[in-house]
Amino acid sequence: MKRLTTLLLMALMVTGLYAQSKSELPNVTLKNLDGKDVNIAKLSNNGNPIVITFWATWCGPCIKEHNALNDVYQDWQDETGVKIYSVSIDDSRSTAKVKPVVEGKGWDFEILLDVNSDLKRAMNVSNPPHTFLIDGNGKIVYQHTGYIEGGEEDLYEEILKIAKKKK
Amino acid sequence: MRKHIFALTALALAFSLRASAQSFLENSQVNGSFQTDAQYYMLDKGIDINDLKGKQLGINGFGKIGYTNGNFSAGMRFEAFLPEMNGFRSELNGVGLANFFASYNNDFIGVTVGDIYDQFGCGFVFRTYEEWSLGMDNALRGVRVVLRPTKGVTIKGLYGRQRFYWAPYLERDFSSDDYRGIVRGADAEWDLNQSIASMNESKFRMSIGGSFVSKKQYDQSLFYYIPENVGAAAGRVNLGYGNWAFSTEYAYKINDPSAINNFIYKEGRALMSSLSYSQKGFGAVLQVKRVDNMSFKSMYTGKQNDLDINFIPPINYTHTHSLPSMYTYSTQPNGEMAAQLQVNYTIPKGTALGGKYGTKLAFNMSQVNDIVRDSVQFGDQMALNTPGSLGYISKFFAISDHRFFRDINFEIDKKINKDWHLTAQYINLYYDIETIEGHAGAPAVKANIGFLDVTYKINKRQSLRLELQGLWENEVHKGYEVDESEKKDFQKRGDWAFALLEYSINPHWSFSIADKWNYGNPVEEYRDHYFTGTISYIHDATRIMLSAGRQSEGVVCVGGVCRTVPASSGVTLTVSTAF
Repeated sequence: MKRLTTLLLMALMVTGLYAQSKSELPNVTLKNLDGKDVNIAKLSNNGNPIVITFWATWCGPCIKEHNALNDVYQDWQDETGVKIYSVSIDDSRSTAKVKPVVEGKGWDFEILLDVNSDLKRAMNVSNPPHTFLIDGNGKIVYQHTGYIEGGEEDLYEEILKIAKKKK
Repeated sequence: MRKHIFALTALALAFSLRASAQSFLENSQVNGSFQTDAQYYMLDKGIDINDLKGKQLGINGFGKIGYTNGNFSAGMRFEAFLPEMNGFRSELNGVGLANFFASYNNDFIGVTVGDIYDQFGCGFVFRTYEEWSLGMDNALRGVRVVLRPTKGVTIKGLYGRQRFYWAPYLERDFSSDDYRGIVRGADAEWDLNQSIASMNESKFRMSIGGSFVSKKQYDQSLFYYIPENVGAAAGRVNLGYGNWAFSTEYAYKINDPSAINNFIYKEGRALMSSLSYSQKGFGAVLQVKRVDNMSFKSMYTGKQNDLDINFIPPINYTHTHSLPSMYTYSTQPNGEMAAQLQVNYTIPKGTALGGKYGTKLAFNMSQVNDIVRDSVQFGDQMALNTPGSLGYISKFFAISDHRFFRDINFEIDKKINKDWHLTAQYINLYYDIETIEGHAGAPAVKANIGFLDVTYKINKRQSLRLELQGLWENEVHKGYEVDESEKKDFQKRGDWAFALLEYSINPHWSFSIADKWNYGNPVEEYRDHYFTGTISYIHDATRIMLSAGRQSEGVVCVGGVCRTVPASSGVTLTVSTAF
């Protein structure tokens, strides 16, 4: 068993070396606030960048990050066409609260519900907030964990890098 | 030597694959994550740590690797608790491959073998999940099939055995108290809006679902006849119209005597309903819940959160600041009546009170009481909850005077200008510490709590954050008489003050110092300071955190599932990364 594991692990790692270094989005289906299914692997934004950010109603730094992103979101959209998907990892104790909180705080992001952390596990998120940047080809080009005041500026620099490439 | 041979085989395998199936490899992706939490414990007479009980160091760590290729994915998680940190269950002590799975998913069918995490409805009859910070993992090792025959219809079936720390899955060893049974379940959900074309864009939204779960366990009891098959069923409805949403779920479980319910043969019931209204700038949600004898484990002797098949969502506000989260409610599966109201409102930008950025307000009120229990025999001849009996009779809508918990809080969140941001919250709390934490005879916590959290942006890169918090108990504080014999139950009681100063340099560094002071404890020797200093470094998806100081006795809760953390003194290191 142990040897099999070792072999499997090594095979995976070696395969990984030859696999493309930039991974794509996993084949996980979540619901949006209207109850519609959204397949993450099929997210697209007409070749413009996509941001996926994990949060929860009970996560203080996440709320801070979302408020900060919301303040600049309109400008970012005008300049780069970026779209922000905000994935709530709230479980069933607080799913019903997500929409009232989102609307009450006036956020403009596309909200997805990851009720049993399927996407969180598939994208290896340990602790929210955790943010991914996806380029126009659906490849993850940048990720960041935690939020420090002003952190949205660094994300924007990364967005500008890939938004420029398009032109 | 053997290892080298295997490594070479793997390499050769990979190369040959590369040559023969270039495209296959181009679609291959490997990802993973890793985390280690380590604590070094030190003696600290000031907070009564005079003996480390042989544990100088505790390390919890995991490494996870996942592989995907189109519709196929696989992964595994390796865990090491060498030994587990204080406050985690000693059964975790060990090292090994804790979790693995392989899965294939297309639009019609999904098959997963290995360790499965899933949830039916809100979790009343089935939920398997993993929560690292609690050391909680009730994964189901087995098979799951998901079918999507037409748009909007999802049917799931699964069976397997649950993870029980490191107990082996293959052998059943009753001599080691491992009486784990088998869990089988099915769930169906129908979303009318997605499946009926004319309803696709309708303002009216509706979905319904139902689940059935059963466990097959083995009766090893000398005293009771334990049912070997226990079934539970649940039904749910979600409705929406425009800005309104309503959802409800009801669950029923047949008699299931267990250590948790004191071996009574009563059926279990649970109901939860939510009604919400939301529009831009305003959101409100009202929730009610009733739980009666709904602990559901795949082993009838299971303790605490061991081998839970289901999940009973708590409905109350989740506090994250240090003092407000000191008394966190934990779900009482044997019975509770709960209600919650939450309102979020943003005073619009450009108004007198809203200012340039708007002002965010939030109000939350939640309360949990016990259910009413009456004797199963006329004239109250049979004591309530007698083992081996039907336990009690409970009227569905009756609410007991016994209050477990109440939290009324109000929060204001205001960005004042480009540089200043403040959050303030007031909380009025009632916490029945006797029921929730088992401190027999201790008076309930009745407290007012407040905090102020101010952030100042020094410049584009640097910022300062100050947190001031206070917790004032109405009855138990300096001067309250505590008997020598009950001193232990008052370890964290009385008034508290807390201050934290944090200096951050975006994007990498953050430094903070904090002091938590139990200045108003009725017992003089418990009036201690808990100083901590923390340094954290973040680089992309990597986080390194080092902190030193004292940790007060407390409860860590995620989703109403809690673990107690004993007081400690020492150094904590956390390293986590994802790729």
